[in-house]
Amino acid sequence: MSALLAVFMKEFLENLRDRRTLLSALLFGPLFGPILFGAMVTRMLDQSVAEPDEPLRLTVSGREHAPGLIRYLESERAQLKFESFSERAARDAVRSGAAQVILIVPEEYGPRFTAGLPAPVLLFADSADSQTRKSAERARHLLAGYGSGVAQLRLQVRGVSPLLTVPVAVNDVDVATPTGRAVGVLGFVTYFILFSVLMGGLYLAIDSTAGERERGSLEALLSLPVARGILVGGKILATCAYMCASLAINLTAFVVVFRFVPLERLGMSGNLGAGTAAAFFAICLPFVPLGAALMTFVASFTRSYREAQTYLTTLLLVPTLPIAFASIYSLKTKSSLMLIPSLSQHLLMTSVLKAEPIALIDALVSAGSSLALALILILVTTRHWRRETMLA
Amino acid sequence: MIEAAALSKRFGTVDAVSDVSFAARNGEITGLLGPNGAGKSTCLRMLYGVLTPSGGCARVDGLDVRGETSAARAHLGVLPHAAGLYNNLTARENIDYFGSLHGMGRERLERRAAELARALGMEGFMERRVKGFSQGQRTKVALARALVHDPGNLILDEPTNGLDVMAIRSLRDMLRALKAEGRCILFSSHVMQEVAALCDRVVIIGHGRVLAQGTPDSIRERSGTQSLEEAFLQILGGVEGMA
Repeated sequence: MSALLAVFMKEFLENLRDRRTLLSALLFGPLFGPILFGAMVTRMLDQSVAEPDEPLRLTVSGREHAPGLIRYLESERAQLKFESFSERAARDAVRSGAAQVILIVPEEYGPRFTAGLPAPVLLFADSADSQTRKSAERARHLLAGYGSGVAQLRLQVRGVSPLLTVPVAVNDVDVATPTGRAVGVLGFVTYFILFSVLMGGLYLAIDSTAGERERGSLEALLSLPVARGILVGGKILATCAYMCASLAINLTAFVVVFRFVPLERLGMSGNLGAGTAAAFFAICLPFVPLGAALMTFVASFTRSYREAQTYLTTLLLVPTLPIAFASIYSLKTKSSLMLIPSLSQHLLMTSVLKAEPIALIDALVSAGSSLALALILILVTTRHWRRETMLA
Repeated sequence: MIEAAALSKRFGTVDAVSDVSFAARNGEITGLLGPNGAGKSTCLRMLYGVLTPSGGCARVDGLDVRGETSAARAHLGVLPHAAGLYNNLTARENIDYFGSLHGMGRERLERRAAELARALGMEGFMERRVKGFSQGQRTKVALARALVHDPGNLILDEPTNGLDVMAIRSLRDMLRALKAEGRCILFSSHVMQEVAALCDRVVIIGHGRVLAQGTPDSIRERSGTQSLEEAFLQILGGVEGMA
């Protein structure tokens, strides 16, 4: 027991003095997610909330062919700029970004409109650019509005009720609660949280295994009268401690970010307060020894620091796989899914965010499966450490 | 007392060590001499129990290294070929770490660290972090670490590698002092002069086998040569590409 503590303390202290470990475990790792999330949500807010207030900017060529349409657009507060374009010039202007959206009214518009035939207009936009795609959608929406207004007038003039053209009236009923809607955005918050857990232990897992080998301190350590399981256990415990610290910093940062990001304006209520953060911590706690054991296990097989770094940074992506899988197949919380670590934590945290009740059995299965897998990995790692090839 | 009794080690189809027997006695310095790749490290690694012999038996103070591993290791200090230190720890912390893994209490550790610092001349840098230490300082810390639990037996694998003349000299003095305390010291080397200067007994190894053993004088006499170096060359003579 005292040997276990000695190994733990030494790894803990040694890495506390290593700037690289500290920066990655307690700064970059845990803060990366919250900062990226805050920036992304703020940007989304800017785009989807601020934009409709702004007038639509539209460049129009050939205004003389469609005075009615132009009046309508102006009455809808579209900011029109008039400039003459050929089709080719319009295409180039949009592609080069000189203009965002260009509307060309060709000469035949007038005669066809008067004859009651579909009158053509050309709308140039770059659908690969999310900014102009939105403007183009708004322009299309305005044009469609003008079109249906004219159609109704034409029918009325001919004595036909315009209602005949609306055989079915669709009324959308969105049952998503404000929190439920937020979950789409918050989905990757759970991944960032699991990512911060792994990041917290990354360098310690490398340093205590491949680092020990590379420094040449491994053989002296292995010649001591200490069971290999104690060595492995102490190292994994120290990795767990750093992971917990990283997780705590990460959750605190998320709580702060959520206080400043006005999710209500997106029609969402993000309830990531201190209570939710505490629940998240409890949910992720069983994932900590699993992550630590997995990283120590993989790093034990590597020969050098660099090699370990290559494998372990790839390992950081592993928790995304079940989460991505779940969102592709839109899996709902099910007891059987609680057997899959990272996915189970993701689903439980999502439930907490949606303010849905969590079945005790689900929480227990999630914790149990993660801990059981951690135990298996610890045993396998210890077995590897007992082998002679550990020295080679 | 460190004994090798018919030690053998196979790696796959290669016999790295075959049928090696010798004894290193208390109060003596025993040198394991042989060219690079002769099986010295493999032999020592079996003696300090990180390799399992394919055959034979290794004993420390009569304790079987395989059967009573922990007890045997408690009687043994080891300075492996790669005796790396923890750069972010101080010299004292490096020594303390191994001491606490030997199950030593705080008080005993403190007393022992002070003793070692005095004996090895490390008082000036005990509290400094090991990062930036000279090779000589590193060797002292590594040696202190190996001696922290006051073992009766000490195994050193090529301890003079990478040391400058001054450091080699002070290492020799330290080993002589340890011998005078009645400890059993076994070290390996591929450098003739080093063994000749220091050892009471020599075990010459080539191709994983013991080619000769005894006091330097007896080896010289038996091979009928003037110096130990000539004897060494003659003994290894039959083996291609050595010395």
